[in-house]
Amino acid sequence: MIHYPAIVVIAPLVGALTAGILSFVEERYAYPAALIATGISCAAAVRDLIYVAGHGPIAYHMGGWAPPMGIEYRIDTLNAMVLVLITAIAFLNLAASRPNIKQEMPDRRPSFYAMYLLFVVGLTGVASTGDLFNLYVLIEITSLSSYTMIALGDRDRGPISALNYVFVGVIGASFYLLGVGYIYIKTGTLNMAEFATMIPTLQDSTTILTAFILCLVGVFIKMALFPLHVWLPNAYSYAPVGFARIVAPLMTKVMVYVMVRLMITVFGLDYIFIKLHIADTLVWLGTIAILAGGVMALAQTNLKKMLAYIIVCEIGYMVGGAWLGNNLGLTGAVLHILNDGLMTFALFLAVGNMVYKLDRVQIKDLKGLFAKMPWTMTGFVLAAFSIVGVPPTCGFFSKWYLILGAFKAGAWHFAAALIMSSLICAVLFFKVFEVCFFESPDTHVGHGSDTHGRHTTVAIQEAPAISLAVLGIAGISLIVVGMYSKTIVVRLIWPLLRS
Amino acid sequence: MTELFMLIAAKYNYCLYVILMMIGLYAMIAKNNLMKKLVGMNIFQTAIILFYVSIGFKHNATIPIIKGDHGHGGHGAAIHAADYMNPLPHVLMLTAIVVSVATLGVAMALCVKVYQRYQTLEEDELRMRLSEKIKS
Repeated sequence: MIHYPAIVVIAPLVGALTAGILSFVEERYAYPAALIATGISCAAAVRDLIYVAGHGPIAYHMGGWAPPMGIEYRIDTLNAMVLVLITAIAFLNLAASRPNIKQEMPDRRPSFYAMYLLFVVGLTGVASTGDLFNLYVLIEITSLSSYTMIALGDRDRGPISALNYVFVGVIGASFYLLGVGYIYIKTGTLNMAEFATMIPTLQDSTTILTAFILCLVGVFIKMALFPLHVWLPNAYSYAPVGFARIVAPLMTKVMVYVMVRLMITVFGLDYIFIKLHIADTLVWLGTIAILAGGVMALAQTNLKKMLAYIIVCEIGYMVGGAWLGNNLGLTGAVLHILNDGLMTFALFLAVGNMVYKLDRVQIKDLKGLFAKMPWTMTGFVLAAFSIVGVPPTCGFFSKWYLILGAFKAGAWHFAAALIMSSLICAVLFFKVFEVCFFESPDTHVGHGSDTHGRHTTVAIQEAPAISLAVLGIAGISLIVVGMYSKTIVVRLIWPLLRS
Repeated sequence: MTELFMLIAAKYNYCLYVILMMIGLYAMIAKNNLMKKLVGMNIFQTAIILFYVSIGFKHNATIPIIKGDHGHGGHGAAIHAADYMNPLPHVLMLTAIVVSVATLGVAMALCVKVYQRYQTLEEDELRMRLSEKIKS
């Protein structure tokens, strides 16, 4: 029996308790405790991935209780990949965001680290559990810790946007819970694998249909699919930088993972595509989300808000792609979970560095930033290219699969929306680049440097080295994942879809 | 018509939970005061707890503790599942209650923070204050 699946989740849990206790004893040790906990979790997740890629899925019985009585953690290539993404981003972000956390909340650091680790517990748990009710509890752990951390952000807007997030989040989680209740009434089981064996005999049941729709709506609210997205932009842009950097790449993506898991493993592709006729509607929803997210992003004057609306747009990619009803679309959606996590992480790292130096990131405040923060801007440009979908970066490859899938399914509107959104993103980012590159900085924005007149040289004021190093790692990973995307698809995604 | 009433009478627990849930949802959407919204949220969650608890119920069944006369140590007369209520939904709801209490606690703490900052919990006033702040 190998225990790595449990270690991935338990290491941050123990770390959270340790950090919480240390906040009363000796505050200095909270940060190393958090770093070690996420590091162990990351190592265990990598170990899982290597094992799963070689030997096939792991079914880990929590506490030695066999399912259906006990809770099962089932790791296959899909969630092993998502787990590595989560834990790696959690670890790297902790290293990168230490200066930001010191700057933004000098008095509440240990409790922040404790909540941060609980958030990681929730995400890793959601990604590894094989039990429907356990999934609900872990989604709520994730959400509860994110409410508290969003409230630590902007003093005026943070608590209010967190409260709005609470209301919407509770509705989403409750719908999911209700769906699980209907599944339980009909089948008497909460184990995903056991339920999947029963689904062929229950295809005509209205109870199962109700359960599926309720679960799906709950997950859509949590992932901020377009008409249900209202909580996201405020919550993510007023959160403290240290938290925005992890919640923006991961929270919505993990919810997309839950949707894919419900589709592939729990209800089964036969049921949702052959029996139900909702796929077309959902591809349309994805199309609308892409366009609406892009248009709303164009209207923003704040860089953080703009990126938040780009997340709404990217969710449309994944939902639409997953519901295209062919392997290419689903491959693109799953690959985009990984790629979009990395791209958004790199973008928010760069924005966090800007916030560290400038405090405000209204787009008009960014004048002359290429001269002032060259390395940060390099990372930002790379991540922006990836969002737009320029070939060597990873964003291109998942978009390619999505477009191929759309062509194969005959969903021309979705393909058109994908190409349109690339154009919109290009416009968005080049608008930012123009301000950063061509316009000379105002005197009051530059921190004390002599920036009068056009021809004076601007002193380089970069973010701390550790933040830049992590941004460098994230930027390189965008290209590396792009170059190895064929390996990822063949080794990790296709085995899953074939079975 | 009588059939409809029969159906409602037979499955009144489902109707009740839907009505409660909608009351909660209405309060969350329509009320202006943040505290009232929280109460609505709690009603919404409690409705789902009620739904789960009601599905474990069986007529003429008792609590799920094996009766003494069924023998000791597992041998003796067979145990009929129909004699006992299903404990699992109730146990699940213990967890869900904990989650809803935690959510309520966090939400109340956020309300306190909002109140300390703006001296009000009415949404329209909050919105006014925020737009003033943006202008200034």
